[in-house]
Parts: sequence; structure tokens; C-alpha cells
Amino acid sequence: MPPQQLKVNNTIHTIDVAPDTPLLWILRDILDLKGTKYGCGIGSCGACTVLISGRPARACQTRLDEVGTNPVTTIEGLSLDGTHPVQLAWQQVDVAQCGYCQAGQIMAASALLASNPHPTDAQIDAAMSSNICRCGTYPRIRQAIHQAAESAAKK
Amino acid sequence: MPLNRRTFLQMSALLTGGLALNLYETPIAAAQSGQPVQPDLSPRAFIHIAADGTITLMAKNPEIGQGVKTMLPMLLAEELDADWSTIHIQQADLDESHYGRQFAGGSMATPLNWDPLRRVGAACRQMLISVAAQRWSVPVSDCTTAPNRVLHATSGRSFTYAELATDAARLTPPPLASVQLKDPRDYRIIGKSQPNVDRLSIVTGKPLYGIDITVPGMLHAVIEKCAVFGGKVKSCNQAAIQKLPGVRHVLVLEGTLATNPVVSSDPGIEPGVAILADTWWQAQSARSKLKIEWDLGTGATQSTDAFAKRAAELFQAPPANTIHTAGDVDAALKSAAKVVEATYAYPFIAHATLEPQNTTASFKDGKLEIWTTSQAPGGGRKMVASALKIPADAITIHLTRTGGAFGRRLMNDYMVEAAWLTKQVGVPVKLLWSREDDFGHDAYRPGGFHSFKAGLDAHGKLIAWRQHLVTYGVGDHYASSAGISADEFPSGHVENFGLYATAMPLRLRTGPLRAPGSNALAFVAQSFLDEVAAAAGRDPLEFQLDLRGNSSNHSDRLSNVLALAAERSSWAKRTHTPGKGMGIACYACHLGFFAEVAAVTVDEKNRITVNHIWVVGDIGSQIINPAAAENMVYGAVIDGLSQMAQEITLDEGRIQQTNYNQHPVLHMRQTPAIEAFFLKSDNPPTGLGEPALPPLLPAVANAVFAATGKRIRTLPLSRSGFSFA
Repeated sequence: MPPQQLKVNNTIHTIDVAPDTPLLWILRDILDLKGTKYGCGIGSCGACTVLISGRPARACQTRLDEVGTNPVTTIEGLSLDGTHPVQLAWQQVDVAQCGYCQAGQIMAASALLASNPHPTDAQIDAAMSSNICRCGTYPRIRQAIHQAAESAAKK
Repeated sequence: MPLNRRTFLQMSALLTGGLALNLYETPIAAAQSGQPVQPDLSPRAFIHIAADGTITLMAKNPEIGQGVKTMLPMLLAEELDADWSTIHIQQADLDESHYGRQFAGGSMATPLNWDPLRRVGAACRQMLISVAAQRWSVPVSDCTTAPNRVLHATSGRSFTYAELATDAARLTPPPLASVQLKDPRDYRIIGKSQPNVDRLSIVTGKPLYGIDITVPGMLHAVIEKCAVFGGKVKSCNQAAIQKLPGVRHVLVLEGTLATNPVVSSDPGIEPGVAILADTWWQAQSARSKLKIEWDLGTGATQSTDAFAKRAAELFQAPPANTIHTAGDVDAALKSAAKVVEATYAYPFIAHATLEPQNTTASFKDGKLEIWTTSQAPGGGRKMVASALKIPADAITIHLTRTGGAFGRRLMNDYMVEAAWLTKQVGVPVKLLWSREDDFGHDAYRPGGFHSFKAGLDAHGKLIAWRQHLVTYGVGDHYASSAGISADEFPSGHVENFGLYATAMPLRLRTGPLRAPGSNALAFVAQSFLDEVAAAAGRDPLEFQLDLRGNSSNHSDRLSNVLALAAERSSWAKRTHTPGKGMGIACYACHLGFFAEVAAVTVDEKNRITVNHIWVVGDIGSQIINPAAAENMVYGAVIDGLSQMAQEITLDEGRIQQTNYNQHPVLHMRQTPAIEAFFLKSDNPPTGLGEPALPPLLPAVANAVFAATGKRIRTLPLSRSGFSFA
């Protein structure tokens, strides 16, 4: 297979690995974008959630050849300085305990807010319940999503 | 250079049995005795004040999500009188000669560091004041401080700490015992919520964790181990694997396990086949092509169903070991007006830290450098030194932020494996276990079985309590976290008491999981006590308060949190509606005292919705970082709920659960409203990682009884016919 082009965080990279390599390991070990995390490898935990064409996707379950020309956004692409409204809310609410799942949570939350700027608790639960937090920060995640929604509305 | 040959990981006996146990018991005993637990610490090790005014504080302990990287420097900063908003925090490497003990376990960071770290901060402040007083030629008693400044109030003069730091560094630090500590009423930092110091790095995806470490020239390693614990490699298609893309080395690990039943959480290293490749995905992909013939060993006959059957048989026989007795429990049961009997059981469960086990290690010129997620790096260094036959002082250990630990990372198996691999291949190695490796080779929370009999007199008073634990171990050596202590409640509160245990041999590793022992023992005893109260026709809260009386300080603290939990949850006003119920429970462990009330709804299909949890804790006189403490309580509640649905089973010696879909973590939609309250008491502050968890399980089980009249005596919920909605 010839090298493939991959667009990540608005930069096009040429990737020369087996085409069935999961996007997760390309991000982490080829592109050195360590924010996207390995948790389960079967799409069950959500730690590797990224956006592909703006929609949340499991990087561990997405092969390089499935990404094609669709743009990928990782936590590093949301903002590098933590100023995206969801990243800001996560800091203000002080969501994290260990923090390991939070990049995936933030990506899932940013996708939710992009499609539904004012989600209810039930809508948040529905959108976020496939992202697990082993530390149990769900109350704070919910609070941070509401806060991000409010701060976006004020702008 | 491929090593296309069979190599062996062999090491002398590791003599680390009970390492995890020592972590829990020794410091607790020391903290309770009031004896100093560490040598005098120097401010120089912890505090650096640069000429430009930057103040850097060292965070000494492993950060596993419990918040010590923020909380412990708060203690330094408070007594230093530093401006928290400008502080830099740096994670310390392992150096126990300078920092004292560096581990994360037993909820011990607060009790072990509360006094010494405040004194270190105060000693540094005193040194800065000395320099200022000397320059002004005034008595030190005329000087005070404001954040980052020494003041001379009568003249209005001041120096910044930066202006004093160089001279202060030349002074001999005062003895820590001699320094004056602040009046808690003057605290500016302690007791005020300070957000996680790594929050910006976390939300921007910076490489913070062990799994994120990159060392130039490193290879990525995976290790395939036998599905049956301790199974040995008889043969392996090494040559074929060696030819796969990116693969550099294929090594057979002989392991260091004895063939005995396992009682230690560090019984040695499991055998397996290591694949080292240019990328982790190449190593992991090559694994699927492995053809290994295993010598399964004695573990292959084990099953959790057979353990349950054997436990039922053992309940019919006299117990092997007497843990504690008082009065004459058998005679009292015979004469009792009413006898309540029940059998409880709980399963093995896995730690399932979201970041899988990993370590990066680099061996060069006789020196070993390690980046690890260990909770107990000091013990890990000893194990590595022993395994590699190198001096401990040739090993440098860097501590990374850790994606959850819950006790799993008290065991250092992955650290020894990575260290051994780098020494074998001569280049840096990053070992990363897969999720399946983690579920299949944990040090599991041990399952257990309890047979209870309680006797009530004609007035409904508890006069006899007989409890027989069937657990794992050999004779009276119990597997790690599988024992029970003589003072387990209601020991000391019932006139006629008998606590017994019988051990079954187990060829599987067990170990401490968040609130080890307590996470299971609270469930069985606090649930059975609820049964006894119901049989006595009493309110479970009043029954427990009567039983606890005021016979010791522990009882006072638990009675106080019980009473407040009842008040906050309007316990006395609860209504009796079919399908809705409230339950209450309490427990003391890790120097913390907690009561919890659960409100649940159960539908006609026995699906449980947990609506509300009230938590009241007494962890002493100060809640050092209140918002973080509240978050930790939420986590303990959610973790406890997860535990109610989790189970690890063995069939023909093989762990049946391989991933989160078979060993679920609670989801957001299942998360109840949680209210956390702290009852401050006149006791030194203690830890919070563990004690908020144990009462959750019986509180929920008792609430389900109140809603349905059905008892949950066997976990997970599915084995009692229930599930979470």
C-alpha cells in the first residue's frame, strides 16, 4: 500500500503504516498526539474519542483506510491553550480526578454542544453515557457541559 | 540484534510478600500511635525560591487521581505563606531519603504528611524571616509575613521572598519540631478549594501519564501470558513471530512464580512471551500470530462455581480458624428468643484502571532509569534491584501522573517486566499491557462467603453474633486482602461473639482494591445488621446507634455521622411506598468515619434506579481541599455502585471477563444525585481516597430491601436477581 494522506487538526500528514492500523495508534505513536487515550481497544470506554468530520468516533475502532479524506480533530485540535469553551468549563468546574478519560469526555461533549447548544440533563446523559470515567466524575462532567453551554450563549 | 533464543527471567526470591499489607497497616499503626513516622525533612528538598521570585514546590507522592499533587503542596504553601496563585508544582522523583515515604495507598497521604509538610513550610518561612530581621536589625518577633513577603509592620518595610532566598538558603534549617505553626483560623490556602494543578495539561491533552512517555530509540513491548494464572511456556513459534513487520525481539519469560497457592499480592512474575517492536500496534498485531503451547499448571482446575460449592460445604463443618470470641456464642444462640441466619457472598473483582499497566525503562552502562505509574515505587525499586541483580542506587525512578490506580499499582509486576526487558535488549523499552492483559492478570479483590447467625433476646436486643468467613489462603495465612480482623464490627459490641474463618487454596493473585477488606466486609455486616434490626422490629438506624453505644471514640464518631446522615436525608420522615425505599449504613476504615443513606426505586423487573445518596464523613478537623474532597466522595459512591454490578469469574482456571463490556463501570445516566457533607471533629485530618466507599454498598442493598422486601445477599446484583436500570 502506498502512503496515505491523513488530515489531523487541519494539518495533512503522510502516513506510511499498514492500512488497517487503528487511528488511535497513528495519532499516539506516529503523530505524537498523546492526548487521545487507549483504554479498552474495543470501543467500549470512550477514552479515544476524537471527531471525524465533526462527529464523535472511537479512534481505536477506526482503521486508517476508513478515515480517508475526512478531517480528524483531537483534543490538541480543540485548542492548545485550553481556551475552547468546553476546555474552559472543565477547568473552572475542576472536573478531573485522574484525568485520563477527560480528553475523550471533552471531545464527546464538544460534539454534543455543536449539535445541541443547550442540552438537558437527559440529553447529556444520552450523549455521554458511552464514555466511562473510572474515577466517577460524572456529576462534574454534567455540570461542566451546562456551564460551557451557558458561556457559549453569553458570547 | 534479535535475540532468537530462549531467555529467562529468573530472580532470587523477591521477599516482598506483604508489601502492600505493610503499606496499609504499618503507617496506620504509626499514625494512630502519634509516633513520628519520618525523619526530619529539609525545606531545601521541597521548596525552591528562584531569584526572579518563582516559587517551586515539590509534590512528593504518586498522583493517581486522589489529588495529592495539589493537596500536599498546599500544606507547604500555607505555612510558607506563599501566594498559591503564583506557585509552580513539580512532581518529585523517587527519593525517600529526602522526601520521606512516597507511596499512594491506605488513604495515608494526609495523616502521614499533614504535620511534617506544614512544618517544612513553616521552617522555610522562619528562615526567610531570620534573614529579613538580620538585615533590618530587628528582632524576628517583630516580623510577620504576607503572601511571598516578609513585613516589618512598625516601619512599613518589606522584602519579597525572592530578595531573601539566597541568604536564607545558607542558613541551617531549624528542627521541625521547634517551628511555630499557624493558627488554623489564619489559613489562606488550607480549607479553600484549589483546583487540580494539572487541569490545563489534562484538558489540552499534554503527555502527562506513564503511557505518554517517549524515550528516544525505545522499543514497544507486549507480553502474552497464559490464560491460566502462572501457566508456563512449553514451546512457542518465536522464529515466525520474529519475521513479522516491525518485530525486533521475541523473548520467553520463565517467570519467578512458585507453584504453591498464592497468598501474596507480589508472588513473583508470571511467565509469558514478550514481543518487542518498533510500534505498539506492531507488537500487539504480532501477538495474534503467536502459537504457544502452555503447561497450564495446577491453576487449570479452578472455577468460581466450584469455590462457591466448596464454601457451602465448609459452612457445614467446624471453622478452621478462630479469629475472635467473647462470651459463649453457641450457648447464647441456643437460648435466644429469636435467631436470624443468612449467608452472604461477593465475587472477585478487577481494578480496571482506565490507563492500562505500563512502565518505560532504559538500561545503559549499569544504570537503570524508569518512568512508572507505580503507587509504591520504593517497593518497586527493591523488586527491580533484586530481579536485575543491580544495586538499588543504580535505579532512578520518575513518577508520572497515573490514569487511576485503586490499589492495582501497589503491585510492581509491570515495572519489573519493563526493567528486565530493557536490560535484555540493551535499548529503552516501553511496556504497555493491553486491556485484556489487565483484566486477565490483575491482583483481584478476593471473593468471599459469610455465614451469619444472630440471636435476639425477648426484648429484641442483640445478644449473640456468629460469623464464619470462608475465604482464600493456606491455613491461617490468608490471600492478600482476604482476611478479617478480630475487631471487625460488631466485635466488642455484642456480649456473645464468635468470628471464624476457613481458607480455601487459590492459585490466583489477589490484592488490595480501594478500601481493601472493608469494601466487602461493610457490605456483609451492615446488610446483615439491617436484617437483624428488621427481625427485632426496630428502625435500623436506632438499632445500630443502640448497639454502638458510646463505648469508644470510634463509636462516637460513627454515631455522629449516622445521626447527621439521618438528618440530612430526612430519614425519620421516609415513607413506606412499595417500590421505593431508603437504606442506611456506616463504616470506619483508613481513619475515616462514614455514614451513607441511599434512596432507590425498584421496578417490577427488579431494575434498581438509585435516586439519591447522602454521604456524611468525619475525617478530622480540616477538609484541606474542599471541592476536591467533594469530588472524591462522588467518585467513591460511583465506584461503590460499579462494584455492585461487577464480577470476575474463573472457569477451568481462566478469567472469563476480558474488557469493560463484561465488567461494567457505572455510566453517567445511572449516576444518582449525591450530596456530601463533612462533620469536622477535633481530630487530626485523615485521608479520603478510601473510607467513603464501603458504606455505599450496604446502604443501597438495605434500600432495595425497604423497597421490595427482598435481600441482596449475593453480589453482583445479577446473582440476586437485580440489575441497575
